[in-house]
Amino acid sequence: MAETSVESVSAQANQGVKGNFRWVVRHPIWAFVVIIFLFFSLMTDTFFSLGNFENILVQTSTLGLIALGMTIVMINGNIDLSVGAVVALAASLTVDIMGWPMFESWGNWQILPAVAAGLASGVLLGALNGLIVWKTGVDAFIVTLGAMLGVRGLVFVYTGEQSFFAMNFAYSDFGASRFLGLPTLAWIFLVFTLLIHILLSRTVHGSNTYAVGDNREAAVNAGIRVGPHMMVNFMIVGFFAALAGITLSTQMGASTPNLGRDYELWVITATVLGGTKLTGGAGNIIGTFGGVLAIGILRNGMNLMQVPAFYVLVTLGVILIAVLFLDKQLNRKGDGELRI
Amino acid sequence: MSEAQPVLRLEGIVKTFPGVRALDGVDFSVFPGEVHALMGENGAGKSTLMKVLAGMYQPNEGRIMIDRKPVVMRNPIEAKQNGIILIHQELSLAEQMTVAENVFLGELPRTRWGFVDWKVLEERVGSILAKLNCDFGPRTNVGSLSIAKKQMVEIARALTHHAKVVVFDEPTASLTDAEKVVLFDIINDLKSDGVSIVYISHRMEEIFTISDRITVLRDGSYRGTLVAADTTEDEVTQLMIGRSLDYSRNIEQGEIGDITLEVDGLSCGRLYSDVSFAVRAGEVVGFYGLVGAGRTEIAETLFGLREPTSGTIRLDGEAVSIGSPADAIANGISLVPESRKEQGLVLGMNCRDNITLPQVDDMTAGPFVSNGAEIAIYDMYRDRLDIKAPSWRSEVGNLSGGNQQKIVIGKWLAMKPRVLIVDEPTRGIDVGSKAEIHNLIRELAHSGYAVIVISSEMPEILRVSDRVIAMYQGRIMREFTADEVNEDNLVQAISGVGNGKAA
Repeated sequence: MAETSVESVSAQANQGVKGNFRWVVRHPIWAFVVIIFLFFSLMTDTFFSLGNFENILVQTSTLGLIALGMTIVMINGNIDLSVGAVVALAASLTVDIMGWPMFESWGNWQILPAVAAGLASGVLLGALNGLIVWKTGVDAFIVTLGAMLGVRGLVFVYTGEQSFFAMNFAYSDFGASRFLGLPTLAWIFLVFTLLIHILLSRTVHGSNTYAVGDNREAAVNAGIRVGPHMMVNFMIVGFFAALAGITLSTQMGASTPNLGRDYELWVITATVLGGTKLTGGAGNIIGTFGGVLAIGILRNGMNLMQVPAFYVLVTLGVILIAVLFLDKQLNRKGDGELRI
Repeated sequence: MSEAQPVLRLEGIVKTFPGVRALDGVDFSVFPGEVHALMGENGAGKSTLMKVLAGMYQPNEGRIMIDRKPVVMRNPIEAKQNGIILIHQELSLAEQMTVAENVFLGELPRTRWGFVDWKVLEERVGSILAKLNCDFGPRTNVGSLSIAKKQMVEIARALTHHAKVVVFDEPTASLTDAEKVVLFDIINDLKSDGVSIVYISHRMEEIFTISDRITVLRDGSYRGTLVAADTTEDEVTQLMIGRSLDYSRNIEQGEIGDITLEVDGLSCGRLYSDVSFAVRAGEVVGFYGLVGAGRTEIAETLFGLREPTSGTIRLDGEAVSIGSPADAIANGISLVPESRKEQGLVLGMNCRDNITLPQVDDMTAGPFVSNGAEIAIYDMYRDRLDIKAPSWRSEVGNLSGGNQQKIVIGKWLAMKPRVLIVDEPTRGIDVGSKAEIHNLIRELAHSGYAVIVISSEMPEILRVSDRVIAMYQGRIMREFTADEVNEDNLVQAISGVGNGKAA
C-alpha cells in the first residue's frame, strides 16, 4: 500500500523540480550528456557551435538508426548481432545495383531500385533471424551471431573483396545535402527517432514489445502471438541496419566489404547506456537517443581535444560501466536484494 | 442448477507423461453459477486437469464439452475464446508494465492507427478495479503491488472477458483474511452473474464456506463428487488420502539436547522484526506462515545472505556474526533453499559433483580433484539418504524431485553442519517421497542436528515439528509445542487474528 501511494504522489509532483529529478533518475544518461556537453564546451573553442552540433548528429545518425531497432529487439528480450554485417550487405548491394547496365538509362531513378533492394535485404535477413529464433527456439544471441558471421562472409563473396564506388553523383551528394536548414541525414535520424518513440510508447505493438520481453509466458497466455511479433521486430532492426548502411555509403560515395565492423558492439553500447536492459522488458527511445548522443559527443569532443582514438575507447568502456552502476544505484529495489 | 445442464463437462480425461499417468479417466462437470471445488493432495492431478482445461495440455483420451458441444482447445487463447479463464497460482503478469496494460494484455483497445487507446483502456480497467474495490489505479506499476493485489489484477483480467468458467488455482495461498473476504465477495458476485467457478484449494474451511460441490482426485483418478452441504470434512479427507487423516507423528521424539542456535531480537528492515527463538540439538522447529511472512528471509539471514539490522545470533551460547554463506558454513549452519532447481542444484552436473560442490576444495590431490574421494562421499550419502539414482554419473536434472531434494540435503550434510535449515522441503515432490523426506528430517534431528523446517504446508509442519513458530507479517505471533498445536490455532496465529502474543 505504501508503494502505491508513493507512486501516485510522485505522479502528481511530476511538474517541478522533483519531477525533473525523477526524470533524470529514470534516464541517468541525460545527466551524463549534459555534463560532457558542458565539459567539452568549456574545454575546447570549437565544440560549442551549430556547425559542430550538426556534425555530431550526422556522425551519430548511422549508429543511432540501428540503435532504434536494437532498442526494440532488446526490450523484446532478444538481441541482434548481425547489424554490422547487414550494414555492409545493404551498402554493397545498393551501390552495386545502381550501376547495373539494365538501369543505365534510368538516370537518377536508378537509385530507387537499388535502395529498395538494399532495404529489402535488411528486412529479409531480419525476417530470417526472427523466423529461426521463433521456430527453433535457439537464443537470439546465437542465431544472430551466426548471421553476423555468415552475412559478412556473403558480403565478401558478393563483392569479391572489392569496394564499390557510386557512379551516380546524386547518390553521393545526398549524404552531404541539406533540407530545411539541417543535414538531410540528421533529419532522417530525428524523424525515425520520433516515429520509433511513438511506436514503442503509444501503439499496441509497442506495448506488446514490453510485455513479451517482461514475461514471455504471460504474453503467450494473454494470446499475443509472440513468434510473429518477435519476427516483426527483427525485421525492423534489419530495416534500420540496411538504412544505416545506405546512408553511410551516401556519405562515402562508396561501399566496402568491411563496412559496419564492430557496429553491433557500438549500437549495443549506446542502447544499454540508454537504460535498455539486456534481460528485456525495460528501455525506451529517450534513453537510447541519449546513449547515442553520449557516444557521439564523446567521440567528437575528444577528437577536438586531439585525444588519441584508443583513449576514446578506454574512456567509453569506463563510462559504460560507470553509468550502468549509477543506474543500478538509483533504481535499486531496496532491501529485497541478496548480498553476493 | 435446476436446468441441470452442465456448462462444462470433462469425460474420461487421460493425460500421460513419459512414465506417469497423471490423469486416469477423470470426469468433471460444472453447472452454471456453481462454485465447484477441486481437491486432492499435491500430485493428485489437479494442476494437470486445470492445464488440460486451459488448453495448455492436450488430453490423450477423453473429451471436453462446453454447452454440450465437444471442443478442442489447443492453447490458452482458444480456451479463453471458449469462455474458460484460468487464474494462475504463479501470477502471470508483466511486472514492469501498468495494471491497465496487464489487464488487457494481448487485447489492448486500439485507435484507428494501432495506437493504444489509453482513454478507453483506463476507463474500462478503472471500472473493473472499482468493481473489485481495488485501492490502486490503472496506471500503477504492477511490480510495485503486493502479491494479493497482483492477484486482483489477474482477476480483473478474467472479468474483461465474457467468462463462462473461471478457474482459481489456490487463490488464497498468499492472501490475508481481509483480502480473502474481498475475494469471496467477488466469487459470489461472479456466481450471481451466472459464471461458474472452479476453485482449487487445500484449505478445508474455505472449501466449505464457498463451494456448492466438491470433486476429489487422488493419484490422478476421480474419487467422487460430494455436495458440500451434505458432507463433512472427514468424508472429504478420506476420499483425498484414502484413510482418515492422522496428523500425529509416527516417529518417536529423539533426545533433546542443549540449545544450539539462539536468536535474540533479530530484525531486518521491513522484512521481519524482533524475532527471537532457540533451537536445541535433536529438535525440529517448524516455521509456519503465509508467503511473505518473513520466514525465508530469517533463514537467509542465518545463512549470511542478508544483513540483519539488529539483534544477535548465538551458537552454543556464543554470539557470532555471519557475514556470508562461507561464515555460516564455517559456523556449522547449512541452508537447503526454497527452490532446489534455481538455488540448490546445478542441474546439468552429475549427482556426485552436486554433493561435493561446496567442499571440492578439500578433496584435491595436488592441483587435481580427487575422483575417489568424491565418489566415496557420494556413496556414503547415497546410502544414508537412500538416493535412488542409476549411478553417480547421472545428471541431477533427470532425477525425480524427491531424489533431487535428497541430493541437496546430502550436499549440506556433507558439510557437517550442526544447524540444518530446510526451506520448503517437499515443494513439488510427490506424496510418497514426501513421507520419506519427512522421515529423513526426523532422523536427522534424532541424530543430533538442530533442524529448522520452513513450510507453507500445514500437514508437513504438524508432522515433522517438535515445536512450531507461527509468523505473520515479519513477526513471531506464537510458539506452540507439538502437543498444543493444531490446525485451528495455527491458522489463527498466521493470519494475525485472535490470541497471538504480539497483537
